[in-house]
Amino acid sequence: MMNLATQSGQALAIHNLSLEFPTFSGAVKALDNVSIDVGRSEIVGIVGESGCGKSVTTMAATGLLPKGRYRITSGSVSLFGHSTLAMDDGALQDVRGKVVSTIFQEPMNALNPTIRIGKQLTDVIMRHEATSLENARRIARDTLADMLIGEPERIMKAYPFELSGGMRQRVLIAMAFSCNPGLIIADEPTTALDVTVQAVILRLIQNRARRTGTSVIFISHNVAVVSQLCDRLYVMYAGRIVEHGATSTVLETPQHPYTQALLRCLPERVAPKQELEAIPGAVPNLVHPPPSGCYFEPRCKEAVELCRSRSPRLAGPDRQQVACWQRGAAAETSGQGDRQ
Amino acid sequence: MSAVMPTEPAAATAVTRRAKPLSERLRYLWYLGRRSPLTLLGVAIILMVMVMIVAAPWIAPYNPDKVSLTARLLPPSSAHWFGTDEVGRDLFSRVIFGARASCGAAFMIVLISTTVGVLIGCFSGVVGGRVDTAIMRLMDVVLALPALVLAMALAAALGPSLFNSMLAVAIVRIPAYVRLARGQTLSLREQVFVKAARTYGASSFYILRWHILPNAMSPIIVQATLDLGGVVLIAAALSFIGLGAQPPTAEWGALVSSGRSYMLDQWWYATFPGLAILITATGCNLVGDGIRDMLDPRLRGR
Amino acid sequence: MAITRIIIPRLILLLFVVLGVAVITFTISHLIPGDPARMIAGDRASAETLENVRRNLGLDRPVVEQFTIYIGNLLNGDLGTSLRTGRPVAADIRTFLPATLELGTIALFIAICLGVPLGVLSAVYKDGPIDQLARTVSVCGISMPVFWFGLILIYVFYAKFQVLPGSGRLAMGIVPPERITGFLLIDSLLQGRFDAFRSATYHIVLPGFVLAFANMGVITRQIRASMLDVLQEDYIRTARASGLRKGMIIFNYALRNALIPSITLLGLALGDLLYGAVLTETIFAWPGMGTYVVTSIQTLDFPAIMGFTIVASIGYVLINLMVDLAYMVADPQIREV
Repeated sequence: MMNLATQSGQALAIHNLSLEFPTFSGAVKALDNVSIDVGRSEIVGIVGESGCGKSVTTMAATGLLPKGRYRITSGSVSLFGHSTLAMDDGALQDVRGKVVSTIFQEPMNALNPTIRIGKQLTDVIMRHEATSLENARRIARDTLADMLIGEPERIMKAYPFELSGGMRQRVLIAMAFSCNPGLIIADEPTTALDVTVQAVILRLIQNRARRTGTSVIFISHNVAVVSQLCDRLYVMYAGRIVEHGATSTVLETPQHPYTQALLRCLPERVAPKQELEAIPGAVPNLVHPPPSGCYFEPRCKEAVELCRSRSPRLAGPDRQQVACWQRGAAAETSGQGDRQ
Repeated sequence: MSAVMPTEPAAATAVTRRAKPLSERLRYLWYLGRRSPLTLLGVAIILMVMVMIVAAPWIAPYNPDKVSLTARLLPPSSAHWFGTDEVGRDLFSRVIFGARASCGAAFMIVLISTTVGVLIGCFSGVVGGRVDTAIMRLMDVVLALPALVLAMALAAALGPSLFNSMLAVAIVRIPAYVRLARGQTLSLREQVFVKAARTYGASSFYILRWHILPNAMSPIIVQATLDLGGVVLIAAALSFIGLGAQPPTAEWGALVSSGRSYMLDQWWYATFPGLAILITATGCNLVGDGIRDMLDPRLRGR
Repeated sequence: MAITRIIIPRLILLLFVVLGVAVITFTISHLIPGDPARMIAGDRASAETLENVRRNLGLDRPVVEQFTIYIGNLLNGDLGTSLRTGRPVAADIRTFLPATLELGTIALFIAICLGVPLGVLSAVYKDGPIDQLARTVSVCGISMPVFWFGLILIYVFYAKFQVLPGSGRLAMGIVPPERITGFLLIDSLLQGRFDAFRSATYHIVLPGFVLAFANMGVITRQIRASMLDVLQEDYIRTARASGLRKGMIIFNYALRNALIPSITLLGLALGDLLYGAVLTETIFAWPGMGTYVVTSIQTLDFPAIMGFTIVASIGYVLINLMVDLAYMVADPQIREV
């Protein structure tokens, strides 16, 4: 098993990852040269509309995609210096929960309905830590208490359906943190919750991560949620990263037309009585061969001829990179995302 | 999220399907077949049985009822592929002709029970109220009973004959279809197009005939296909215990029954008709499974 | 309590079911085209004898009165007298029932022991060679004509290789153990009769397997389907993301939940088991209810047929009620709300 203390390198380094799902009509290109870096103790956000590949990216990195139903065509994933793509099932099982934990969306069914909460927590703890059941129960209790759960003993005796959605989500977060992983992937952790509960839950994750030096990836379709928590932001569209940079920079001076449109859709950013904007059109069909050029071109107001023929790649200084011909990507000579 | 399969709304499918060239459709069929070779096998079996039913006189080498006392209980040979029975009839020919009685009976059973079941179920659903409650409680009672035991008792009471056993099995299978059809009717009744029809004064009968029945049929047809395999077995079993087709008739269950006394020395007599039952039922079940998988949105595209 | 809310309607239904069976069997007995009196008295009986038989059977009274008497008799446990054996049907059934129960229990046990693991493997390795094999086996089981399968196995194991007996519950010459439970396997052990136990074991292998095979197919198919449903649930993804081992996920997290919907199916499968038992017993000359009812059918012994139908129906309904209770115990969402 990996020992975090002796590991070198970043928490997660995804480099030029491309992935497709074979279907009857042809391969669907779900990820196209996606690169994401997460430093130690860093909190990073990935935003984009549903189906843009946010979850696929992290699930591919942790080996959670259904086997045999996808194909990785290029790229590498390094988790604390170890390539997860090369790992077999056993090694991946050792890593998951211990080195990297995922908190999923839809908490109504993310816990097993027929097993008591306490057992589900101790199963995970005893899987990764060589410890007694009693000790595992103590860890479970402490982690639950850390999630501001008032009566951890009572919760541990309960079945998931006896708890509220917010409570279940806290249990899931406690489960993810229980073995002190180096990286937490929070995949839409609050989407199904009330707005008031959302903020509390997000703070819980943030506080615990800051305190323990855990790296976090927040995945959300809601820019507003992610913006309050993350150091850096990646914006994804149709399986590609279209913009990336420090959260404040991206939010204050969004470069890519898609990011700009996304921000215009936020109710918080619109003056009262002013009409909310929607982005016209739909995500392109990515069944092989995918359309050439920038995938956002059909919905983009600023598109020019070049946008139709060649894909822009990310370019610019580290604090803000953007993949758009109109925003400085013109320096690139070839769109490497084009068909091979 | 992992797949982009054709999942257009039902209204759109009919149009696009027609527009697709034949080669595309064959390719799709081939794709499905490659994913589910067992379903293709089932289709092949059913086609084979259908050919047997339609073309029996041309396929069968002998007259199935022709007695030949010099050729009694012959083992399989090039002249008699499946051997001969105790009065020298060619078993291969009898098995082929037997498809008519066996599969015909199964088909009739399903046809009778679906027709009656759908009529009662739709009626019950449309009328509602006390009549509906009474009908459904009655169906609950019948459904709570072991259907096949009931069918045996009924067939025994009606007197042993292929028709009576068909009737008995059909009757005990009606309640399941009643329930299915009623469920369909109740959900369709709430659909906007039915409500719309009611607002401009369509009669209950008109709504039942033109709006509910056509839309309720497809899940019922799927269920009927799924049931067909089991019904083939039941029909044969009733004949085997002497409640269905009676001996001189070439029917698979009855053939196994006659062959039973010769099992220890003339194994072929009971073996081949039984094999025909097994293969036919397998074909029906494979196709039924395939259809269900194809229609199940959770399994589609995976 | 939720449980009583669920049970009371079921008990009411049970009452109606019993009444319904009585009505149905009574109606069926009166549908009989032949004249039961003539059947008992024989073809050459005089008109006077026929009249006597009719009076004895109560056939000369009005239908409603006959039905009242019929119900009254049923409530007293009187199922009428068998035309063939001349004994009360209830006594006949008491004699033959244990053999059927023994065969059914063994078959169900075999079917579950083979069917559940096969269904699990099939779902876990979906679309792989194991899955194809398991599906083929289960489709064969579902499509297998029980009566024919029995004949084939008798031919192979009894006639050809002579390794297993092909009929009855005990070898000739072995004195059956004294009847305590009616289950030969148990009675012989209780009395230390190992010769009888050995013989009874040999005798139950073939019919037990034949009866099990069809039900195994049904169980495999059901377990596979519900495992596939469960395996794509979010909580399985959570378990995988937490690094739990595959074996633990499959058995502790998935199978448990997949079994719950399968329990109700088990009750329904008992209907198939009952009917399969009728055919299996016929083939293997197993002295149980199935053989009894088929012989009764062949000799048009209607009191026996109807008696069997009533007992089988009530038993079936009771077992399904118990299965539903088991379901409630297994599912905490119903148990504790």
